[in-house]
Amino acid sequence: MCGWIRVSGSTEVIAVSPSPGKRAWMRFRRNRLGYWSLVVFVAMVVASLFAEVLSTDRPLIVRYEGSTYFPVWKDYSEKTFGGDFETPTDYLDPFIRQRISSGGNWAVYAPNPYGPKTLNYFATLPNPAAPSRENLFGTDDRGRDLLAQLIYGFRVSVLFALALTAIGVVLGVITGAIQGFFGGRIDLAFQRFIEIWGSMPELYLLIIFSGIFAPSVALLLVLLSLFGWMGLSDYVRAEFLRNRQMDYVRAARALGVSNRRIMWRHILPNSMTPVVTFLPFRMSAAILALTSLDFLGLGVPPGTPSLGELLSQGKANIDAWWISLSTFGVLVLTLLLLTFMGDALRDALDPRKQDR
Amino acid sequence: MTQPLLDVRGLRIAFGGKDVVRGIDFQIAPGEKLALVGESGSGKTVSALSLLGLVQNADISGSAAFSDANHGPGSRDLLALPERALRGIRGKEIAMIFQEPMTALNALFTVGDQIAEVLELHEGLSKPAARAAAVQLLADTGIPEPERRARAFPHQLSGGQRQRAMIAMALACGPKLLLADEPTTALDVTLRGQILDLLDSLRHRRGMAVLVITHDLNLVRRFADRVAVMENGCIVEHGAVAEVFAAPKHRYTRRLIDSRPQRDVIDAGADAPGMAPVMQAEGLRVSYSVSLPGLRGWFRRGEFVAVQGANFRLAEGQTLGVIGESGSGKSTLALAALGLLPFQGSLEVDGGTWQPKAAANKALRQAVQVVFQDPFSSLSPRMTIGEIVGEGLRIHAGELGVDARQARVRQTLADVGLTQDLFPGLLERYPHEFSGGQRQRIAIARALIVQPKLLVLDEPTSALDVTIQKQILQLLQALQRDRGLSYLLITHDVDVIRAMAHAVLVMKDGTVVESGPVAQVLDAPQHAYTRVLVAAAG
Repeated sequence: MCGWIRVSGSTEVIAVSPSPGKRAWMRFRRNRLGYWSLVVFVAMVVASLFAEVLSTDRPLIVRYEGSTYFPVWKDYSEKTFGGDFETPTDYLDPFIRQRISSGGNWAVYAPNPYGPKTLNYFATLPNPAAPSRENLFGTDDRGRDLLAQLIYGFRVSVLFALALTAIGVVLGVITGAIQGFFGGRIDLAFQRFIEIWGSMPELYLLIIFSGIFAPSVALLLVLLSLFGWMGLSDYVRAEFLRNRQMDYVRAARALGVSNRRIMWRHILPNSMTPVVTFLPFRMSAAILALTSLDFLGLGVPPGTPSLGELLSQGKANIDAWWISLSTFGVLVLTLLLLTFMGDALRDALDPRKQDR
Repeated sequence: MTQPLLDVRGLRIAFGGKDVVRGIDFQIAPGEKLALVGESGSGKTVSALSLLGLVQNADISGSAAFSDANHGPGSRDLLALPERALRGIRGKEIAMIFQEPMTALNALFTVGDQIAEVLELHEGLSKPAARAAAVQLLADTGIPEPERRARAFPHQLSGGQRQRAMIAMALACGPKLLLADEPTTALDVTLRGQILDLLDSLRHRRGMAVLVITHDLNLVRRFADRVAVMENGCIVEHGAVAEVFAAPKHRYTRRLIDSRPQRDVIDAGADAPGMAPVMQAEGLRVSYSVSLPGLRGWFRRGEFVAVQGANFRLAEGQTLGVIGESGSGKSTLALAALGLLPFQGSLEVDGGTWQPKAAANKALRQAVQVVFQDPFSSLSPRMTIGEIVGEGLRIHAGELGVDARQARVRQTLADVGLTQDLFPGLLERYPHEFSGGQRQRIAIARALIVQPKLLVLDEPTSALDVTIQKQILQLLQALQRDRGLSYLLITHDVDVIRAMAHAVLVMKDGTVVESGPVAQVLDAPQHAYTRVLVAAAG
């Protein structure tokens, strides 16, 4: 084997290898648990975005005496289907059901024929009702279908967490970048501000504000965002402090590249690893935050479907096991998927891991 | 030949199925000095580490018979010994010293304690006896005031003293074989000779064999009895140092020996007095504010002067070499010349000077460009080669369209020897696909594309292997001849200065101790420090 000589390196023709980002994605894909967690999670989120079609008390299409109706999109009065009143139709009413399914009439119902606020006035069981053919997951203590509550509650949680994470990332990256890039007095001032800001009692502020203002998802988003950016900003600051000393930044300065462009084009792409790595964990933290605030009754306004509110119902009706068990299951599944994704992402972005 | 102390046969090391060392044989006789020489990645360090079982996650095969008279007749195969037995050999019979003494010493213990610990562990000495022996060992390595130094922490010692302390620690148990991995690479040139002399005298006194691993041919020539040349995990040539250097047989050995930089520059004519210099400095001074220790630091900031009163003049098409050891202020001088650090005194660059406002410097930024030492940190890993090289055009030639810009990028890359033929999809590649020398070419292309008059070269070849260093220097020489570029060349290497520079500044502790034409300074040095520097380079 010895005496074997490699052809001089400079004359070899080497194929193009993919960009660092693409290689990280390929490493992520190789982690099957993380990759499939991503697939399942995305599928769940996409499905929940179509909740209005999947879980609603209105039929999707009604064919009634020669005319076609789309109750999902449009309100029709009971009179349309032979009722007595001008009120919007209650499609769970056995009378209406009978009208629109007799003769040549037919209707296509949603897979889960209940909306998040639907009260079934014609239910046969007392509330909360155990899982049955009518309500696959049972109902809560007000008689609303639990499956519908879970679907809509999951959607609210995930969208809220996405928004909170996005706002936190933008704020955290901007503040961290400014501190790390300029350093010195700006850094010092920001750091002291963060220390003061970080020592504000977040929960009390939430309680006080929920007493002053009418509770809403937007208010909650603003309040949580005000405090959610600090952890990330520290990481980005440290990355910027490290990267601004590197020769490639010096070379860019020597070329006369503007500060803004150095931050945006040169340092930021090299500082994103901690940001990306923390995304799933930040999302699960946001979901948990919203859930616990709802559980305490400080979260979303009453009537909004929410996992936290369901948990608190489960606590109040401990014998209605289906409420707490199914909510708990959805939460655990969501957080577990996010954690698996986070693990895979962290491995994919680990510079010590090789491609092969 | 007497029985060798260490007889390595068919040593193979593979990481994850990839061969790093492909079956090498070598022997070391008692008291012999063998040098294992090769470029980075040739497998020399890993071969030495494997002897002590210090390589993890590798498939190692072959044999390494270690015969130690104290242990009785016969030999032991180091590669087959269990970890427990190896632990008894490490430090006691085979010791190792590393390249970077600061990281190899524990920062939280005094040097004396660390040496004493080895003695307590292997020799079973009592605490006071071990301490006394540690002080004696430090004295042997020529550290002044050994008692005081034994109580010092590693950061309180200078680089040379740290390396001496490391050697003292390695020698604590009187090993039969010392593995020295690049023992002088991290040290300044003036210290290298002293450390080598020390190693040689200690070896002589203790009858110990030394295996030195290095890429530095000067060191081999000066220190070793025999040399083994490694390339790609194979020993390609093997023999007495004098023979190998006088008549190298293998072409790789020849290349290594020929890698000493050659001077190939247009010599400075009589410096036309009418011609404006590209750069001229008068009383250039750079200082940093530092925090003062103790209570004073609460009220005032101290000042550290990195460059003091430097005067120089750099004519068009010439090279001004700045030489000095680490901490002499030469890199600070480079940053000041680039206008990246505030300075005092006058510095005229291409007829102008650096302004405090960034926008006012645009023309000067085009005239002065830079190439840094470390080709790995000087290219952003998340930008493509096209983006990296083309960036200067965006700023200084914004009028160019996308196609014209790409053509210029291609042309400039071709000028530094990187063409589309060798690297398909060159502009879309990322820096990680290129070797150190190729990255340095990319860095040169990035600087050249804005057509500067002056290039600041901050140790442009120090991080490269010797054969690559020669290629890069040849490239720089050719560019200077073709384009009439001026270079401000910062280096610690006298050979590089000799090959490249027209004039030299010698810096020490922030001041210029000597300056003048290269022949005058290097051939008839006036200042004592310059003499040491030139002598150390051999």
